[in-house]
Amino acid sequence: MAEMLLKNAYVIDPISGINGEVMDIAISGTKIVEEASRDAEVIDCRGMLTLPGGIDSHTHTSGTKVNFGRYMSPEDMRAGRTQRKGPMHVTSGYSVPTTYGNSYRYSALGYTSLVEGAMAPLEARHTHEEFKFTPLQDSFANVLFDGNWGMLKAFEDGDLKRAAAIIAWFLIAVKGFAIKLTNPGGTEAWGFGKNVSCINETMPTFDLTPHEIITGAIQANEFLNLPHSVHLHCNNLGTPGNFTCTLGTFRNVPNLNEKRQTLYATHVQFHSYGGSGWGDFCSKSEPIANMVNLRPQIVIDMGQVMFGRTTTMTADGPMEFNLYRLHHDKWSNHDVELETGSGIIPVNYRKKNLVNSIMWAVGLELALLVKSPWQCLLTTDNPNGAPFVKYPEIIALLMSKRYRDAEFATVHPDTGSRVPLPAIERELDWHEIAVMTRAGQARALGITDLGKGHMSIGAEADIAIYPLDVDSVDPAAEYETVINGFSQTEYTIKRGRVVSRRGDALVHGENTTFWVKPKVPPAYDLNQDEEFRSLFSKYYSVRMSNYPVQEEYLHRNHCIETETDL
Amino acid sequence: MIIHDVPCPFCGCLCDDVSLVVEKNRIVGVENCCAIGNAKFLSKTRLKHPIIRRDGGWVEVSYEEAIDETAKILAESIRPLLYGWSGTYGEAQVVGVHLAEELGALIDSTTSVCHNPSILAIQEVGHPGTTLGQVKNRADLVIYWGCNPIEAHPRHLSRYTTYADGYFFENTVSDRKVVVVDIRRSEAAKIADEFIQVTPGGDYHVLSALRAMVRGRGDVVPGSVAGVKKEQLERLVALCMEAKYIGVFFGLGVSMTRGKYKNVRNAIELVSEISRKTKCTISAMRGHYNVYGFNEVLTWMAGYPFAVDFSRGIAFYNPGETTVIDLLERKEPDASLIIASDPGAHFPYSCNEHIASIPSIQIDPCVNATTALCRVQIPVAITGIEVAGTAYRMDGVPIRMKKVLETEYPTDQEILERIYAKVRELNGNG
Ligand code: SF4
Repeated sequence: MAEMLLKNAYVIDPISGINGEVMDIAISGTKIVEEASRDAEVIDCRGMLTLPGGIDSHTHTSGTKVNFGRYMSPEDMRAGRTQRKGPMHVTSGYSVPTTYGNSYRYSALGYTSLVEGAMAPLEARHTHEEFKFTPLQDSFANVLFDGNWGMLKAFEDGDLKRAAAIIAWFLIAVKGFAIKLTNPGGTEAWGFGKNVSCINETMPTFDLTPHEIITGAIQANEFLNLPHSVHLHCNNLGTPGNFTCTLGTFRNVPNLNEKRQTLYATHVQFHSYGGSGWGDFCSKSEPIANMVNLRPQIVIDMGQVMFGRTTTMTADGPMEFNLYRLHHDKWSNHDVELETGSGIIPVNYRKKNLVNSIMWAVGLELALLVKSPWQCLLTTDNPNGAPFVKYPEIIALLMSKRYRDAEFATVHPDTGSRVPLPAIERELDWHEIAVMTRAGQARALGITDLGKGHMSIGAEADIAIYPLDVDSVDPAAEYETVINGFSQTEYTIKRGRVVSRRGDALVHGENTTFWVKPKVPPAYDLNQDEEFRSLFSKYYSVRMSNYPVQEEYLHRNHCIETETDL
Repeated sequence: MIIHDVPCPFCGCLCDDVSLVVEKNRIVGVENCCAIGNAKFLSKTRLKHPIIRRDGGWVEVSYEEAIDETAKILAESIRPLLYGWSGTYGEAQVVGVHLAEELGALIDSTTSVCHNPSILAIQEVGHPGTTLGQVKNRADLVIYWGCNPIEAHPRHLSRYTTYADGYFFENTVSDRKVVVVDIRRSEAAKIADEFIQVTPGGDYHVLSALRAMVRGRGDVVPGSVAGVKKEQLERLVALCMEAKYIGVFFGLGVSMTRGKYKNVRNAIELVSEISRKTKCTISAMRGHYNVYGFNEVLTWMAGYPFAVDFSRGIAFYNPGETTVIDLLERKEPDASLIIASDPGAHFPYSCNEHIASIPSIQIDPCVNATTALCRVQIPVAITGIEVAGTAYRMDGVPIRMKKVLETEYPTDQEILERIYAKVRELNGNG
C-alpha cells in the first residue's frame, strides 16, 4: 500500500484539537495512520499551512439546473477556458464551469468534498452522472423535498411517520444524502405561478404552512437518524424585510440532536434584509446573528456575495422570476412535477449598486457577528453569491479589518448608513477559518465519523497544504499574501494521493458518492403501499419502476445505513 | 416472457411504459407503444459484420480491422468531424467527447439541423420550461405551435397533454383546451379546440402581435396578421388570460422556418410576458429519443450544447462557423465519423457529396442512406433493446434505457472506447 509522510507540517485540525502544531502526518493507502515506514514518499511541508481537505457544505456544481446554467450561457463558458494539460481535460466556464472545470479549480483551492445543494429527485440520475465527471472531490447530494406531494399529503394527514417513510423511500431511490427544503410551500405554489409570503401563510394546493413543512421535516429527519440535519433555504429569499421571516423560522427550531444542529440554514445572507422596499433596504444581520448565538441547534452558512458577474440558480422558482423582473436579462425556469421548481438568471453584482453593496456587507457581518465559527460556515452558495474561486478573498476579508475598510471605501457611498459592517472590529484567525471551511462543515454534515474534516488516525487522507507560513504572515496587514496562499495549494491530497499540485490536477481521481439508506421497517415499505403506488402511476410522467437511480450511476459509492425510529 | 416499463428508443417522448413480449431472445409483441416505436422494436434488418470498401466493393472485415482502420483515418486527419450522436446513449456520447478532444475534432449532433435555432434563442433570452408531468397535472391550456404531435410524437397527447389524467382536473379531456397553430390543417389541428392558420413565414408577426396584446397594446395590431384575423388572436389571448396553466410546445415549424431562432426568441418572450399574469411554460418537441441527451453531455463536458470545435485546443463554439452543415459546405473536414444518425437521408446534396469524397466511417446497427457515402461501417448493438444506458427525454428528464435482448454485437461505447484507445496510442498518448 502506498505510504506518504508529510514532514514538518504546520497543522490546524480543529476536530482533533490541534491548533498550530508543527508535526508529521503519516498516510498509508487512503487513511491517516500513526506511523509510516521508511519506504514512504516524503513531502516536506515546512512553513506550509496544513489543513484537512476543504469541504463545501452548500454548492451547486452538478445537476440539471447547473447544466442548464451552462447551456444558456455561452458568454460564461467563454469567460473561462483552459486547454488540455497532462491528465487535465479542456474546461470552459467562469461562474458555472464544466464538471472538470469545477473539479480542477476546487482541487486547486484544497477542496476534497462537495455537497450539491439541491437535487431534484426526478432528475437525480443527471446529478450522479455529473458527479462521475467531478473526479477529484467526494460528492453528496441534498434532495429537494419542498414540494413533494407524497410527503406533503402525509403532513396534511398529520402522519409524521409516514412522511418519514416517504422521505426515506426517495432518499434511497435517488441515492441522496440529506433533506433539502427550498422555499417550502413556495415552490409548489409556483406550479401555478404563485408563492407564499411567510411561514404562517397556508399554501394554495395543500392545507399546510411552510412552518408545518419545516417542523414536520425536522421531526422526520430525526426519526430517520440521518447524519445531516434538515438543510433549509428559507422562504422569501432576497426580499426587503425578510429577516422577520427568517427569525420566525429560527425561533421555532427545537434542539433535538446532541451530535449536531437540528437545522442547517443556507445562504443566510440572502435572508437577513430589513426595509419595506428597495428604497429603505438595509442589513439585519445583527438580529439574525443574535438569534443564532442563542440557538446552538442552528448552523448557518454565509452565502457571501462578491462583486462581478455570476449566475444565480436555485430551486426557488418564484424568487428567480422576481429577480428576472428586476434585472431583465435572460430567465430560465424548470418546474419538476410533484416535487419542486427552479430558476436561473445571470447577474452582475456591482459596487455602484447600493443594494448589491449592502448584500456584500451582510454576508461578512454574519460571519463576524456569529460568535462561534462552528455555527457560521463559509460559502457563497456557489455560484449564486459568487463563484467559489472567490473564497480566498472572502477569507482575507474576514481576517483583516484593514482589507474590509479598503474595500468598503469603494462600494456605494450610502452603504455606511445601512449596515453595521464598518463598526465591526473582529478579525478571524487561522483556526476559525479552518473551522468555517472544513471542520465545521464536516460536523454540520455529520460526516466526521466517516473520517471527513479532520486528520485523526483512521481519518480519510484528504489534506490541503497551502504555501502560507503562518508564523511570519500577519493576515490583518498582509491580506494579499493570504489571498494568494489560499488560492492555490502546494499539494492537495485526496484519499492518500496527491491529486493537485500548484493548481494543476495530476491524476484523474476516483471520487466517491456518499448516500443514505434509512432502515425502514416492513410496515413502512412504500413499494407495497397502494396509495403511494397510485400517486406515482397516476401523476408522475415516469414509471415507478424506472424512477430509482441504478447502482451503475454511483461509480464508487459509500452507503450510510441508519437505524430508524419508525 | 413479458417485460414491463421499457422505455421506447424512438422519439423525444421517451415513453417508459412499453411492454414487450420476448420469446427466444426475440421481441414478438409490443404493447402500449405507438406505430413508429413499434416498428423500431420489431425491425429486423441488420448489418452482420463490419464492412470496408475495397476495390470498388464492400468486404466483410473483423471488428479489430474496422477499428484499426477507423483510428488510423481519424488520427491522420487534420480536420476530423464527429457527427450524429442522437440515437445513442450518454455513456457512449461521453467517450465521443473525449475522442473529439483527443483528435482536436469538431463534434456536432443532429441538433444542428433541428433545434439548433431554439438553443440560440435560449442562449439569448432563457427558457421558461418544465417537466412534462407538470403540464399533464396542471395545464388547462395547451398550445402546439408549428408541430404535429399526432404524427411525429404520437403518444405526446395521451401521456402528457390532451388525453392525460391530471391531478387538478375532474375531467381532463373536457377541462383542457388545445390550440394548434400551423401553416396547414394537420392531423393535430383537427382535434384542436382552436386552430390558427398562419401564412408560411408569418409566425414572427403573429407572435409579435400576441405579445403586444398581452402587454395591453392590442391597439397597434392591424385587423389581420399573417393571415390570422385579429379577433382570433384576441380570442387566444383571452383564453391565455383565463387559463391557470399554459403549456406551449413548438416544433421545427417555428425553429426551422423563415426567421428561425428569432421566431423562437419571440415565442419565449411571449411566454415570459404571459408569466407575469398567469403560469406559462414553453418546451421544444425534440425528435430523436436522445438528441437532448447529447446536448446535456456535451454541455457538462465542454460547456456548449452542440457544435464544439476542439481544433484550437480549447472548446470553441460559434454556430454558423462550427456547425456541421457550414463546415461541410466549406469542405473543411478531411475525415468524418458518423454515428447514430443518417445525414445521407437528410443533409443537402453538396454536404453529402463532401462526406463521400473523404474517408468516412459510420457506426450504426443498420444500413441506411449514409452507408453509401462511407468507407467503413461498424454495426453495433441497438440502444434500448440490446444495451442499457442513459437517455434524456425532451424535457431533460434522464431515463435509463433497458437491455431486453442478448446480443453478440458490441456496444457503441465499447467501439468508441477501442477507437479512442487506438487513437491515443497512434498519437503517442497511450
Ligand atoms: S411517442 Fe415516441 S417514445 Fe412514445 S412510443 Fe411513440 S415513438 Fe416511442
